[in-house]
Amino acid sequence: MDLEDQAEVQRMVETMDRQHTIVLLGQPDPNSSALFAETVTRGDPTWAGPLAGVSLGLPVYHILEPVVKAQMDQALYEEHVGLMEMTADVDEIVTRVQGYRKRD
Amino acid sequence: MNLKGTKIIAIGEREGVTGPSLEILARSAGAEVILGFTQCFV
Repeated sequence: MDLEDQAEVQRMVETMDRQHTIVLLGQPDPNSSALFAETVTRGDPTWAGPLAGVSLGLPVYHILEPVVKAQMDQALYEEHVGLMEMTADVDEIVTRVQGYRKRD
Repeated sequence: MNLKGTKIIAIGEREGVTGPSLEILARSAGAEVILGFTQCFV
């Protein structure tokens, strides 16, 4: 994740009630999804940014997860996600991201 | 997990679903987007 964006996430989370806050991801493949999920739960795995060693522990979800999709406007979902949903490895992405919720 | 009333940090990606798209979708579920951006994964 960009260093500036890591700093922005850290600042936002530290100054607010995180109880009702989640992170929503839109990455197109399992590896990038896992990288971002790890960054906002356990800390920056590349140790390059402000979140290195910082365990925010935020619940993280992916836009492709059925529990997320079901709550959204379906016409908008088809417009914005439909193409990626057809081409992405949905099961693997969902499994990887869910794994970070179970660990944290 | 109920998105309605939840605060969302939306992390999109240029080659996937962008930040602005995530924000539109989250709002359609009744969530409040507090931060959103689009990454470029390399």
